[in-house]
Amino acid sequence: MSGIKRKLLSGNEAVALSAADCGVRMGVGYPGTPSTEILEEFSKLGGRAQWSPNEKVALEVGVGAAFAGARTMVTMKHVGLNVAADPLFTAAYTGVDGALVIIVADDPGMASSQNEQDSRRYAVAAGVPMLEPADSQEAYDFFQLAVQLSEQFGTAVLFRITTRICHSKTIFTTGERVAPADAKKFVRDVQKRVMIPAYARMAHHKLRARLAEIEAWGEAADCNQIFHSTDKGQTLLGIIASGISAVHAREAASQADILKLGMTYPLPIEKIKKFAKNYDRVLVIEEGDPYLADAIQAAGVEVEGKPEMYRFGELNVTRVQKILAGDVGEEPAPPRGKPPQLCVGCPHRKVFETLRDLECIVSGDIGCYTLGVLPPFSAMDTCVCMGASIGVGLGLRHTLAEEDARRVVSVIGDSTFMHSGITGLVEMVYNRPATGHVVLILDNGTTAMTGLQEHPGTGRKLDYSPAHQICVEDLVKSLGIDDVHVIDVVKDTEGFQELLKKCLANDEPSVIIARRPCILALKKQKALQQGKEACQ
Amino acid sequence: MKNGITNVIVAGLGGQGVLKCSDILSAAIFHAGWNIKKAEVHGMSQRGGSVACDIRFSKDAEVLSPMVPAGQADYLLVLSEDQIDNNLHHLRKDGLLLKPDRIDADKLENARCLNVALLGVLSKEFEIGDKIWHDAIRSQLPENLHDVNIAAFEYGRKN
Repeated sequence: MSGIKRKLLSGNEAVALSAADCGVRMGVGYPGTPSTEILEEFSKLGGRAQWSPNEKVALEVGVGAAFAGARTMVTMKHVGLNVAADPLFTAAYTGVDGALVIIVADDPGMASSQNEQDSRRYAVAAGVPMLEPADSQEAYDFFQLAVQLSEQFGTAVLFRITTRICHSKTIFTTGERVAPADAKKFVRDVQKRVMIPAYARMAHHKLRARLAEIEAWGEAADCNQIFHSTDKGQTLLGIIASGISAVHAREAASQADILKLGMTYPLPIEKIKKFAKNYDRVLVIEEGDPYLADAIQAAGVEVEGKPEMYRFGELNVTRVQKILAGDVGEEPAPPRGKPPQLCVGCPHRKVFETLRDLECIVSGDIGCYTLGVLPPFSAMDTCVCMGASIGVGLGLRHTLAEEDARRVVSVIGDSTFMHSGITGLVEMVYNRPATGHVVLILDNGTTAMTGLQEHPGTGRKLDYSPAHQICVEDLVKSLGIDDVHVIDVVKDTEGFQELLKKCLANDEPSVIIARRPCILALKKQKALQQGKEACQ
Repeated sequence: MKNGITNVIVAGLGGQGVLKCSDILSAAIFHAGWNIKKAEVHGMSQRGGSVACDIRFSKDAEVLSPMVPAGQADYLLVLSEDQIDNNLHHLRKDGLLLKPDRIDADKLENARCLNVALLGVLSKEFEIGDKIWHDAIRSQLPENLHDVNIAAFEYGRKN
């Protein structure tokens, strides 16, 4: 019905379209910049897309769907893969029956993340092949290649994209659309899917044999492609690169031949060796860790990596030119722009003013409210990862001197609480600090920072259809926490201050739910009610 | 212009419509049948902080990197007066800076259309017809905002 069309879309939109076009039965994930729009777009295209409470659950749902023989995609940002690492490593052993494509969006330069970890390491560590597209055309094409690889070899496939793939719009053409296949009959296979040690030992051998087959496939695969120099005369420089780095390199070095790796694990080492032999100098251009350079050098191929200073931040054409020139001079710091800040009218503002005024030690978490660290609030002392506010706060409570321990407050948003805050509360009642503790759940009824996504506490699904709404206070009370309060801090700032003081003074584990909707979410909901697309 | 590629940077503050303005520009270039790439950053930066968007295009040359190389912007469109200083380094020597003071905000039916009005000023630099621009505006905005934005665009284009 759709036919072949020329489009200008972001990498995220291209992935969603590719998934819809190749009959993906299910898309699961947890929102995280820069990956979020994939499932939203997939849903708009009529695909079955759903947000899970966190990436671990999302991947488990994906593994189950793929065990059932369905084409499945799971989406997350790079740090989400840490959360999903447990199922990833063993799903690598079990393999899958349908297709399982795990999309992981890295954020070199940390436009909106707490670290710039390099997910390519996960492919090696887990033993799962990895594809890396360089633009929207490849995001579209490689996604379907990932589905094909997954089905052909019975393996999960990691699909690594980065900020500049996710959020750059480039022109591409689509293929025809095929409908999802019908559900398959379940066939029991315990040796394959039940990882008790006896079966897992066999599965590990199978995994290594499978990777060897995939490596051989990669040696001849079109996705590992050579772009020849456009300059006249003999080419003395060879470049090995992948993803967006390969695109920068093509622009920065027309004098070079470029081996662009579409599959970065397993590496086509023979192809790389053959390529490297042709040049006086072979340089590896890559963002983040020297993953390719290390692996290629370890295989005995003489290549040059980038200087250490280019491990930090994103690459661009200018930086690639500097790497080529061996320039390790200090880079001029770009002028500082205006830092982001909590919106005018954001309900978090009054909370952080109070925490500041009461001189609390604030164990923070991931979300808009992390901006509470900046002036004029300057009211956050730690922020590590999703859900860490509670565990870190408890650690501080256990070991600080009493006077300081009594000032510790854990601050966590509603979506982050659903993601990984619940087990923190279990810890709080199980290993209760002598001074008690105060957990402040900032419930603005949305996943605000990533662009207002729904979650199990909002009462709506990804496509805004109604869902069971988990009541935070009931959940908290069910754990045996008696001191539970719900308050609108904007309406009753003084009351909140008094309540917080009282909770800090007693020795109880206390939970205060500061509930007031995000002002941006209210606007969006109003627009949705009017049946219009929210205009951003 | 280097290698036949035009580099544009649209900058401003989160909420001003930097992304929307660059989406309309991109749509127009795309519909004109030219090669184009556009890069933007989401998330943290959108909370009222500085936002910038790169658009690179050419009638016939292949556009490779989606990001404008350092100091190579041919056009810098800035939506907020206080965002000029921190973005000026993007502009190449002899590049064109379009500032908010090019538009008399009182002449706009809705001050929030400054982004589209400034795009109207920029539009004069490129050989793209009115219809393509208007269609691009319509393709990127909900229907109730079409007329007010096309009016703002035309005000800028005739400015």
